[in-house]
Amino acid sequence: MAALEEEFTLSAVPLGAGPDGLLGVEQCDKTDQFLITDSGRTVILYKVSDQKPLGSWSVKQGQVITCPAVCNFQTGEYIVVHDSKVLRLWTNEDVNLDKVFKATLSAEVYRIHSIPGTEPLVLFKEGAVRGLEALLAEPQQKIETVISDEEVIKWTKFFMVFRHPALIFITEKHGNYFAYVQKFNSSVLSKYTLLLGQEEKFVIQSFTASLDRKFISLLSLSSDGCIYETLIPIHPSDPEKNQQPRVVRSLLLKTVVSGNARNALSVLDQDHVAVLGPPLPASKECLSIWNTKFQTLQVSKELPQGTSGQLWYYGEHLFMLHGKILTVIPYKCEMSSLAGALGKLKHGQDSGTQTMPHFVNWETSQGYGLGSKDSEPSKRILRRRTIEPSVQPEVPASQQLLSTIKEDSEKHIEIELRKFLATKRAPDFHTVIGDIAIGLLGRCKTEPSFYPRNSLMQLIQMHVLSYSLCPGLMEVALEKTDVQMLQLCLQQFPDIPEAVTCACLKMFLSIGDDNLQEIDVNMESVSDYSDAVQDEKMEEQMGILQNGFNPEEDNCDNCDKELSKKPQKTIEETTSCPVIPKRAALLNAVLHSAYSESFLLPHLKDIPAQHITLFLQYLYFLYLKCNENATMTLPGIHPPTLNQIMDWICLLLDANFTVVVMIPEAKSLLLSLYKFVKSQICICSELNKIEVSFRELKKLNQEKNNRELYSIEVLELF
Amino acid sequence: MGEFKVHRVRFFNYVPSGIRCVAYNNQSNRLAVSRTDGTVEIYNLSANYFQEKFFPGHESRATEALCWAKGQRLFSAGLNGEIIEYDLQALDIKYSVDAFGGPIWSIAANPSGSQLLVGCEDGSVKLFQINPDKIQFERNFDRQKSRILSLSWHPSGTHIAAGSIDYISVFDVKSGSAVHKMLVDRQYMGVSKRKCIIWGVAFLSDGTVISVDSAGKVQFWDSATGTLVKTHLVANADVQSIAVSDQEDSFVVGTAEGTIFHFQLVSVTSTSSEKQWVRTKPFQHHTHDVRTVAHSPTALISGGTDTHLVIRPLMEKVEVKNYDAALRKITFPHRRLISCSKKRQLLLFQFSHHLDLWRLGSTVATGKHGDTLPLSKDADHLLQLKTKGPENIICSCVSPCGSWIAYSTASQFFLRRLNYEHDNLSLQRVSKMPAFLRSAVQIMFSEDSTKLFVASNQGSLHILRLLEGSFKHLHTFQAQSGTVESMCLLAISPDGNWLAASGTSAGVHVYSVKRLKLHCTVPAYNFPVTALAIAPKTNNLVIAHSDQQIFEYSIPDKQYTEWSRAIQKQGFHHHWLQRDTPITHIGFHPKRPAHILLHDAYMFCIIDKSLPLPNDKTLLYNPLPPTNESDVIRRRTAHAFKISKKYKPLLFMDLLDERTLVAVERPLDDIIAQLPPPIKKKKFGT
Repeated sequence: MAALEEEFTLSAVPLGAGPDGLLGVEQCDKTDQFLITDSGRTVILYKVSDQKPLGSWSVKQGQVITCPAVCNFQTGEYIVVHDSKVLRLWTNEDVNLDKVFKATLSAEVYRIHSIPGTEPLVLFKEGAVRGLEALLAEPQQKIETVISDEEVIKWTKFFMVFRHPALIFITEKHGNYFAYVQKFNSSVLSKYTLLLGQEEKFVIQSFTASLDRKFISLLSLSSDGCIYETLIPIHPSDPEKNQQPRVVRSLLLKTVVSGNARNALSVLDQDHVAVLGPPLPASKECLSIWNTKFQTLQVSKELPQGTSGQLWYYGEHLFMLHGKILTVIPYKCEMSSLAGALGKLKHGQDSGTQTMPHFVNWETSQGYGLGSKDSEPSKRILRRRTIEPSVQPEVPASQQLLSTIKEDSEKHIEIELRKFLATKRAPDFHTVIGDIAIGLLGRCKTEPSFYPRNSLMQLIQMHVLSYSLCPGLMEVALEKTDVQMLQLCLQQFPDIPEAVTCACLKMFLSIGDDNLQEIDVNMESVSDYSDAVQDEKMEEQMGILQNGFNPEEDNCDNCDKELSKKPQKTIEETTSCPVIPKRAALLNAVLHSAYSESFLLPHLKDIPAQHITLFLQYLYFLYLKCNENATMTLPGIHPPTLNQIMDWICLLLDANFTVVVMIPEAKSLLLSLYKFVKSQICICSELNKIEVSFRELKKLNQEKNNRELYSIEVLELF
Repeated sequence: MGEFKVHRVRFFNYVPSGIRCVAYNNQSNRLAVSRTDGTVEIYNLSANYFQEKFFPGHESRATEALCWAKGQRLFSAGLNGEIIEYDLQALDIKYSVDAFGGPIWSIAANPSGSQLLVGCEDGSVKLFQINPDKIQFERNFDRQKSRILSLSWHPSGTHIAAGSIDYISVFDVKSGSAVHKMLVDRQYMGVSKRKCIIWGVAFLSDGTVISVDSAGKVQFWDSATGTLVKTHLVANADVQSIAVSDQEDSFVVGTAEGTIFHFQLVSVTSTSSEKQWVRTKPFQHHTHDVRTVAHSPTALISGGTDTHLVIRPLMEKVEVKNYDAALRKITFPHRRLISCSKKRQLLLFQFSHHLDLWRLGSTVATGKHGDTLPLSKDADHLLQLKTKGPENIICSCVSPCGSWIAYSTASQFFLRRLNYEHDNLSLQRVSKMPAFLRSAVQIMFSEDSTKLFVASNQGSLHILRLLEGSFKHLHTFQAQSGTVESMCLLAISPDGNWLAASGTSAGVHVYSVKRLKLHCTVPAYNFPVTALAIAPKTNNLVIAHSDQQIFEYSIPDKQYTEWSRAIQKQGFHHHWLQRDTPITHIGFHPKRPAHILLHDAYMFCIIDKSLPLPNDKTLLYNPLPPTNESDVIRRRTAHAFKISKKYKPLLFMDLLDERTLVAVERPLDDIIAQLPPPIKKKKFGT
């Protein structure tokens, strides 16, 4: 049964709806978003479920929008025409319509049509049709005249017929109506004369059309209040014949509205139409849903404040102007059946089980927002991108790109890749990206001079690659000592083998400071560690914290002494970071990466001793920094955690203990580390004691409540 | 709503039996579960996982295997060497057949469900033909050296795989001879174990045999060549069970460590069509051995020694957020094990082989909300009544006056008279039970304890008049013609005039006790009834269904009451509908007929019909309002459902009088404490 749900309004921004209502409501490339063009100067992008506008654009004072804004589903751009001839293209990021891409055409535009899956079409007032891309390539091209003089386009609609676009438009001349069907796979324009039957004297108020296998079913609402159906063949029987075929319309529904008002009509599905208009001459305007199969009125809703006689239907929403306010009425219809019509069909699910929330498909929604972030390529590239798939739609874009990768220059590959990434994502996007990366790496191996660094970086930043999807990538980066790429890989890949992690670590430790200075490294994990003021505070803290344990037990007296002999050195070690910030950032990337201990240990043994010492110094430094605050965290965005630091200290010591013990410069480091850890353990043991007493207290409390086998309690119900 | 004194009882030391095997039936979406005490339970997965039927256990009948055959017939086999078919209508054992092969370890029906295969202790595999009335032995397959612990049919029905000790045999069904014998490695983490027991096998349509064994391995074999293809070592302990989905794209194994592992058939690379079995998800919902697993189209089902039945939905298969999308852990039976004598404040606890009678204590103190009152008299254990024989008790009841106890096993009905003389209690057996009173599914006493109502397993209802120390048969309502469905639930009106009875599928029948005839039948509803009760004075029948709907039906008017229509019209609160345990008992306030008490395992609720119904915007579970809150707000937010979740898991709750409630809880920790210790796992640092 068809049902109208509770209406809601989109009125956050007052619409400058003129006496003729709105220019149009059009779908957007994102579901639930609609472009609404008023008859003045403004286009508003609404998110319907949130009932709020996402963006609003206006043309300059003095200019008038003449055709509703549409969305190009292939590029995500919006297109509008003002002053009949000026085409504007813009995206969500643009603020001012004056500054966006502009093309002035040679003829007046009637409408632009855009539906998903094909490029937008521009219909001119003289009946000529052009694809948007072809038009933009040569805006001033000559536009032929198709319809005769005094013939005026009344209504138009754009369809996909078996994956081929087709356009129908209705013209009127001296009370006679003509239908034109333009097909683009064969570029055939067929013209039909609409025979109105006996009721010649009535004017047609509204049209709507739907596809019915081999026919376009054109419904028209006449001023006598009846709905008529006209079947227009999609494939004309014999196009050679010059004689104009005629199509007859037949009565579908009788007197659904009273005439003489501004009525509107829209097909909802095979069996349902929505009609806007007063059911009786004197009554208020109504939105009614009719079942054409059973000739019954399914549901009706009164709109007391009047409408503009316009009705749009997309997905599950009916849009109309109610008074001055744009109103959305969600509409739902289940398959109509006789049982349903008679009310015997069990009505849906019970309300308790909501059928709404589908589970998120993590694979596709991952990193969804990135597409827009990466769309910094200029307008021109956006323009060019769409031409290619329309030329050869059979070959998938990824295949094209792979063949480009085999031959073209780095620069060209980069451009092509950027174009590819900006398009819509297929469900197997990550495997496609993996294939592209492997293609690039394959060429790297055969051609030593070829290293498409930017393209690879771009691929990694798509957040979908993993080590196993492009196995050779990090090896190549290691070969080229590309630390920036390695850092990115370490941050992005969840599955790096320990041998590679270790090789990265080795490189990060061995690369010279002056080399590092020139390289651009992501520094967000490193914050400014060089605040010497806090150090004294920390020393104090340590003194206080040590209160918990008994100094007699401390059998580290001698090392204390040893340490106190050269206090200046230890202080130096603890206060300043032993590595430059860029190296710190790289090491942090290693700290963040996942690993399995038993696989990592053998590789750690291969690192030279002085590098081990350096890394240990750095880890010790981080450890001290961690202990400066109560939450045991480091400042900055995404810093290494205490656990990561501790694990790595343990790992390094486990792997290289004998080596580290032998190096004189590591000795003092180890001693101070030992002393610090010992003091920490003492604190922890004290904390443990406190925790145990608290736990006991809690248990005692619980036992009182719960352990009794039988009790009588008082309970008050409110 | 007011204050209540609550007798909070935790001395019902009931421990459910461990789960031995489960069998899932795709056609009816039902799950059969057998427990270590021989009980077999049937869960209806479409009806919110309600346990709609059960067959009582038997000491000598250790059920080792269950299977469904054509026409939704259920078979089990056990260590007593018998194959049993269950009568799902009459809730009885249809027949049992000795297989003459010693204890039976495994049973499997062929893909078409017309033949049955059992694996026996003596190493024989026996084929039975399933006839409409009985099963018939057909022939033996080649005898193996040791017991056959697991069996699986090839989907085409031409071959079977049989898991034994140390090897797997593949048989040709036509000839009955072993085609291949695949030896399983005894090595376990480098140490040679004495034996390697094949706990489970699964035969896939491409000829792959999957085996799980006591060395913790999941192995893939090629049955055409008899060679090992792949090994996954999944556990340090036994892998005890395996179940494959119907599409053969995923399977699940359960280990003795309480973990279940999900394996899925995944494409190796994006482009190739080659697929590979990959261990995808481990789940740890059990503390003890997972003895058995099943794979429904949307969920993994597991059960084991820790007595929980766990249903873990596969999120990628569930599209809609409803009952099926939530993890279910079913621990307690969905029927009442406790009855109560309000007059003498007695509680009768039903165990599998004995009954315990307790008298509640008392107090003279008063207090405010949340107080625990000092006891002037503690609860007494009055009586323990042990059954003779190996059969489990099906049902039991103590009369409201406290002087009668009735209970039944599968073959005998018992009635006892209790005499109280000061503090002494004497028990008198009422002998000479009539022949028709052989076994009861449900027993109830009338409010004045003069009549006894017994639902037998043949669908008939008997009414007995109780006299001092004896009884007289008054009447028997025969089952509706053509049905033999047992009435699992009974309700008697407090004035003794009406008897309501409900089976698992048909509607609720209401009989007039005065006129001894059927009064009316409440229209059948899609979901089974979980609890029934008739309100005092108004004689309204309150019915709770497993989809959490509650109906109130006026018996005198033979129609749903206004209140019931109102709540059906508005719909229940969505939180009420999302509860996952069924309502197992309904009670009434003796003085206020507008109050209905209901409880499930995690909450109890008193519905005050005079208050407005909650809608989805109001808070269903009212937290305790702060004391200083003004009355206005309280009145505005007040709705008909007064819910408390203080006592859980709640096995029984009733109103003893206007101001006294009794709540029987069974904390899960106490159950766990009585289970055998789980396999000790090494944790980090120990």
